[in-house]
Amino acid sequence: MLGRTIFIDPGRCIGCQACVSACRECDSHRGRSMIHLDYPDEGTSVASLPTVCMHCEDPVAPCAEVCPADAILITADGVVQEADPTRCIGCANCVNACPFGVPKIDLAAKLQMKCNLCYDRTSYGLAPMCATVCPTGALFYGTVEELQAERPGVEVSTLFAFGGTTVATGVAMVVPADRREPVPGGTLNLIEVNGRPTPGNGAAL
Amino acid sequence: MRGDRLPLDPSLAPAGSRNFRDAGGLPAAGWRADQTEQTLVPTHCCFCGVQCGMYLRVDRHGKVFGVEPRNHDINRMRLCPKGINAYQQVNHPDRLTAPLLRTSRDEPFREVGWEEALDHTAERIRRIQAEHGRDAFGMLGGASLFSEKTYLVGKFARVALRTRHVDYNGRLCMVSAAGANKLAFGIDRAANPFADILRTDCLLIAGSNVGECFPVMTQYVWGARDRGAKLIVVDPRETAIARTADVHVALRSGTDAVFFNAVLHVVVKEGLTDKAFLAERTTGWAEVRRTVEAYPPQRAAETCGIPAGQVVEVARMFATAPRAMAWHARGIEHHTQGVENCLTVINLCTATGNLGRPGAGYGTITGQGNGQGGREHGQKADLLPGGRSINDPAHRRQIAAIWGIDEDELPPAGTSMVEMVGQMGRGEIRGLIGVCNNPFVSLPNLRSVRAGYDALEFHAQLDFFLSETAADAHVVLPVTTWAEDEGVMANAEARVVKHNKAQEPPEGVRTDTWVLCELARRLGVGEKFAFEGSREVFDELRRASAGTVIDYYGITYERLEETGGIAWPCPGPDHPGTPRLFEDGRTYHPDGKVHLQVVEWHPPADPYDEQYPMTLTTGRTVAHFLSGNQTRRLGGLVEQTPRPWVEVHPSHGFRTGDPVRVTTRRGSTVLPALVTEAIRADHVFVPYHWPVPVAANELTVDALDPRSKIPEYKVCAVRIDPAEALDEVPAPPVPPGREAYPEAQVSRTDPLPPTAPQGRGTAERG
Repeated sequence: MLGRTIFIDPGRCIGCQACVSACRECDSHRGRSMIHLDYPDEGTSVASLPTVCMHCEDPVAPCAEVCPADAILITADGVVQEADPTRCIGCANCVNACPFGVPKIDLAAKLQMKCNLCYDRTSYGLAPMCATVCPTGALFYGTVEELQAERPGVEVSTLFAFGGTTVATGVAMVVPADRREPVPGGTLNLIEVNGRPTPGNGAAL
Repeated sequence: MRGDRLPLDPSLAPAGSRNFRDAGGLPAAGWRADQTEQTLVPTHCCFCGVQCGMYLRVDRHGKVFGVEPRNHDINRMRLCPKGINAYQQVNHPDRLTAPLLRTSRDEPFREVGWEEALDHTAERIRRIQAEHGRDAFGMLGGASLFSEKTYLVGKFARVALRTRHVDYNGRLCMVSAAGANKLAFGIDRAANPFADILRTDCLLIAGSNVGECFPVMTQYVWGARDRGAKLIVVDPRETAIARTADVHVALRSGTDAVFFNAVLHVVVKEGLTDKAFLAERTTGWAEVRRTVEAYPPQRAAETCGIPAGQVVEVARMFATAPRAMAWHARGIEHHTQGVENCLTVINLCTATGNLGRPGAGYGTITGQGNGQGGREHGQKADLLPGGRSINDPAHRRQIAAIWGIDEDELPPAGTSMVEMVGQMGRGEIRGLIGVCNNPFVSLPNLRSVRAGYDALEFHAQLDFFLSETAADAHVVLPVTTWAEDEGVMANAEARVVKHNKAQEPPEGVRTDTWVLCELARRLGVGEKFAFEGSREVFDELRRASAGTVIDYYGITYERLEETGGIAWPCPGPDHPGTPRLFEDGRTYHPDGKVHLQVVEWHPPADPYDEQYPMTLTTGRTVAHFLSGNQTRRLGGLVEQTPRPWVEVHPSHGFRTGDPVRVTTRRGSTVLPALVTEAIRADHVFVPYHWPVPVAANELTVDALDPRSKIPEYKVCAVRIDPAEALDEVPAPPVPPGREAYPEAQVSRTDPLPPTAPQGRGTAERG
């Protein structure tokens, strides 16, 4: 299932933001970085976490599913493209639908912006800029076999559980062996609708 | 699908991104994903001692406009944020493009031609030296220069100025490690290449925030762990590499010698020394062994503020590993016993027999790009090319012969950088040329530094941006960036790498080499400086180093381009270089042995009392480099880390963002608090890349190591108090009538500290 893709390993991340700067250099984004780099343990540790688009496969691209303008296209190689600027209406449905918090809206341009796995580079045979420069291999581009050859015994997952929904992704995450899949993605905030619990979202039934 | 079918029309570029590459000189409309109309020039990064390979992207008009990863074996395409943004300096709007001159500091600078600027400088040199003697004119170089230029700085000072007063900013950086290496091994460089880290079983990193200061080196650290190596980190802060280390020794700054002596104490007590190695290959073991008897783990626990059990744990982990390595950086070197701290690490490696084997050894991580090469070829006060001593009559004769002068014309040894600033204040040095340094940010106790420089009758500074120091000078000479000239640097492995010229300098800009040669001609010694460029200087450097320990004779530009780098010593054109030292069991002392040195700990220079009860330690953040004259002008890096902060433990009651006054006996500044449990409760940390009024070095102490003369940047006594308002971050200086490039300065006035020491998280940006 996994071809050549990005593998994310937050355990190796040093928070240096080389990926953020590198993404800015990509010619398809022109000075805007699509990478999210968070310090989730703020005040406690220097831990850090890079997020790129996970390129969801099943259900296929929630962002594209909810797009009222059919602006988000998925190419045959499984890459969920950035919203086509000639179609995008900047409504932010995709922002709300993405379980990983990936798309951004450029309010001034009223356009969506999102990681497209450096399509301008991969279509010329170059690896994505972020994973190419990442000093630690927290972002790794290649096949799972190449990853495991470099890091013996490493386990990856492409399944993420959000409440009752499991999302399969085209980008993989390095996980501890005993937490292999699906990776708990957290409980959605939507617990009740009209005073009734919504099944599968973690609410007590 | 081809990339050019994607919507790449610049009119569709996201708003606000159009001017992104203005600093690179290419309008957004000229961008293409198609890389066929560009040239990729292979070179290396200008910043730290890792010396990552990179390509500079050059457009069809011959201008550098971007960067492309390069699969050089040092970095395997990896780059840190500084390296990625480095190219934006080259055609930056803040570049100096004409010499600036004024006769007194009360006047504004005026732009002048090169003839006038050089004639005026030569005239002032002659006048000051005629009135006050040759030693009244000094010179300060830098370790971000190519080795050719560092060689020229030393030769220019001794042959053209004929002054004893020459030193360089490596004095703030590498000299403690250098001193220790020379004492113990008779050779001054890391003993093992980075690649050996991948083959070790136990990696000890002392006083180095590798993840932020040498980010690309982290791949070797994680690579070692992937293969099962243990990781020990010694640092008062829980840095990115300390966070997941097997053991993190969060000791008090300034107590390293106690800790390492105590570790050796346990190694001895538990019978874990390599007795055969000690007997055959060392001198001084009996004395060292006797000394560490007085350092039981309990003493380390009390002095260093760590659990005694950690000392035992580290000792067993390091000494029982089949192959163990130690690497250190400024954290243990920036001390009044910096040399001795390094020696305690060397003692540990030696006593456990960890030297000269793959995966077993010792290294020091150089801070500047040419931190290693910059100290080798004669810009240091007491050294001549090839690491020769200026006090050794035989060495003096050799160099005098190469330079074509009489030995008695060669000046004696001078004084160190910090001492020279004191001499300026006392009128002993009245004129100065500075190249590639920014003491108004980088030297300790800045108030006394300004007093020294302000007392100078004449001060000329060479730089490509107007640094805080250059802004205070009489003459500023605009010189090339690293991308506009060729030359070599030696990285932290002592691997010599070749930087290539990617574009012509902007109009009005000259190479440092041209400037020094033109000044030499005006001082009447033009025939000794008849260098066309770096290549001719390098050929002389090679000859001048031949036969010394630091032998470059077999290294040529052609070989460097073929191989990707050669580690010295390399005595002949067929010699492969020396990536790993001591493989034959011999050091570079005449007896071939490791000279172990006794170290007794003493407390830091700045005493604690009720007024100043805590410890201030300083260091770098990943988005900025040294004095920030380069990185504080690059928009992406300013956005990542707009301003300095003070890192404090939650026990002091501050909230993140609160203004905190940080006061030492030398000065004070108000910075926003970054409250984190990742620092000792009795320490605060301030990064040092910014000038007054937010300068860490306004606070630091100018106490020096008696041997290396390195300042004690890493520890001084401090007090923190609540304050009302933050001190503001000034814009980087620019010539009169200009404004620091506004697009790059947008985030600078942001009052908040970064989310974490590494910078502002992307969600927290405006």
